[in-house]
Amino acid sequence: MTLKLKNLTKQFGKNVAVNNLSLEIPENEMFGFLGGNGAGKTTTFRMILGLLEKTSGEITWNGEKINYGKSRIIGYLPEERGLYPKLKVKEQIIYLARLRGMERKEVVGELEKWLERFKVPEYMDKRVEELSKGNQQKIQFISAVIHKPELLILDEPFSGLDPINVEMLKEAVIDLKNQGTSIVFSSHRMEHVEELCEHLCILQKGNPVVQGSLREIKRSFGKKNLLIHADMPLDFLKTFEGVTKFKQTMNGCILQISNENISQEIFHELQGKGFVRKFELEEPSLNDIFIEKVGASYE
Amino acid sequence: MTHTYLSKLRTKVFYISTVLILAFLLVMVNFESIIKAFGGEEEQKVAIIDESGELLNYINLQTSDSELILEPFSDSVEDAKSLVIEDEYEALVTVKLNDEGLPEATFFSKNITDSELQLSIQQQLQQVKVTLASSQLGIDQAAIHEVFSPITIHKVALDENVKTEEERNQAMGIVYAMLLLLYVFVMMYGSMIATDVATEKSSRVMEILVSSAPPITHMFAKIIGIALLGLTQIGILIVVAFIMLQSKSEQIGGLIVSFGLDNASISIILYGVLFFLLGFFLYATLAAMLGSLVSRVEEANQIVTPIIFLIAIGFFLAIFGMNAPESQIVIITSYIPFFAPLLMFLRVGLVDVPIWEVLISVGILVGTIILLAIIGAKVYKGGVLLYGNSNPFKDIKKAVQLTKKD
Repeated sequence: MTLKLKNLTKQFGKNVAVNNLSLEIPENEMFGFLGGNGAGKTTTFRMILGLLEKTSGEITWNGEKINYGKSRIIGYLPEERGLYPKLKVKEQIIYLARLRGMERKEVVGELEKWLERFKVPEYMDKRVEELSKGNQQKIQFISAVIHKPELLILDEPFSGLDPINVEMLKEAVIDLKNQGTSIVFSSHRMEHVEELCEHLCILQKGNPVVQGSLREIKRSFGKKNLLIHADMPLDFLKTFEGVTKFKQTMNGCILQISNENISQEIFHELQGKGFVRKFELEEPSLNDIFIEKVGASYE
Repeated sequence: MTHTYLSKLRTKVFYISTVLILAFLLVMVNFESIIKAFGGEEEQKVAIIDESGELLNYINLQTSDSELILEPFSDSVEDAKSLVIEDEYEALVTVKLNDEGLPEATFFSKNITDSELQLSIQQQLQQVKVTLASSQLGIDQAAIHEVFSPITIHKVALDENVKTEEERNQAMGIVYAMLLLLYVFVMMYGSMIATDVATEKSSRVMEILVSSAPPITHMFAKIIGIALLGLTQIGILIVVAFIMLQSKSEQIGGLIVSFGLDNASISIILYGVLFFLLGFFLYATLAAMLGSLVSRVEEANQIVTPIIFLIAIGFFLAIFGMNAPESQIVIITSYIPFFAPLLMFLRVGLVDVPIWEVLISVGILVGTIILLAIIGAKVYKGGVLLYGNSNPFKDIKKAVQLTKKD
């Protein structure tokens, strides 16, 4: 059960939205799509769903092309709310789920379970326009997963939610993954991707700039962060060889260094200069990697 | 499809429009009684003063209009005028003979807006004048009657296939009814379809719909759903109209006969249904396609304007064609897809059209519908992902391109 994208390209006229993207999304995993605004994430999703025709390349699920016959096994949460404002939650979900091939009775039972889980059982007979944006997002999420899809595509699933609801939704997503659903999701919130995904891909203007498993990406990035808390001024480290970034903090500074070995040189340098409270070598965060890789082209 | 049908069925607009049309029907049927209830009131009394002393003998005081009563008045003209002002009398008429011995009259009233009253008095006096003038000339009353009786013309068509006058009159009613129905239906439901699609687009639910089911299924489900809705509305109207007929059968009976509905032939009704459905699907497909191009509901009304123009042109051509069903323009336009449902039906109803001509017209219609559906589905699929407002015709191109591989 893998989703494969092979040399996927999409052009709008002369504008290349997605350029030669090849991916393999393993079964039973969560795959993160990262990218700035307009990087081509939504376009890629739309091509997977068949909403847009690809210019060239191939998309397969288990080796088969995706078409409307597969509607039942795919769940999609679009970036923007897409619900009928005037309809009641129940009617809404029944309608959308039936389009995916579910029976009415089945839907009502599942819907009750989901509303219960999201602690909003009273919304069953409310109109969507009466709900807050965050609660609409929950309903939208239910509509994407109620038919137990094998492949779930989430476009910015956590936008507009408060931290409690983000946690609730995250748990639901993790449960689905554990039940065997392959999940692809996009976000610009690095911490969500870092927390949830085993594999990821960073898109930059349609080009995949980083791609692979989270651990490998971090390891191959090479640069590390060094956290120092000390009682003396640390400004001199700005010009220290191998330090690529310097950021002053309340208790000391955070450095980015080009490789692990630099940390030992700094360690020696600091000896005898004063009292060092904390000296810690950290893995780079995804945020750092993103800014480094994507930000480069903004400069 | 069920979704569109049921959700629309529950909307206020549907109730309101149905109730309004029903109310309109009710008013129309009971128009006379309503007029009576308001002003129709008591009889109108008109004082009449005969200055010649002999004219009164000729005037029929019990006029054919039961509400108008002429009352001879013996006091002076001034007295009579003041009574008119006091509303005792509706009006005052003085009559006298002029130099040639013919009647002349003066009409006094508080205002002279009630032309109906003036007209009936004028008719009365006209008769008197004819009688007097003819007797002066020494012509017999019977002869006068001869002269004024209308001529009778017997119409005989030499082509045996041609429809008889009677048949044609009968068909006229049903053709007119069908033209009007299709016109109103397309106007109402065409923009409903476009608005509906635009609503789904603007609430972005479209993205989910189109990713769950093929757009063409969705489009036709929508069209059929709304068509069913319309048929429901027509159904309700027919049932209510039927009930009303039962209660007022005498009055309406005449109306039905005059519309030729009482014994219209089955084939005409079948043709009517056929052309109605074809016409509806044609315009509905167009409306759905155009509706998918706009991104806001407000723009939907704007984009259906061309459709309304088309159907309006067809409708007026057809109205014109009712009097000249064999004219060149009617024949030509009965093959042009957007006018064909109206004009071909008109021809079928009013004149004899060879079956192959009908088939060609139906064929062209069906072909156009299929073509529009194919283009429509493409535009629809691309259009639902297009946002922003630019030129609709550019958008059609863009939308089609979106679905194409470059």
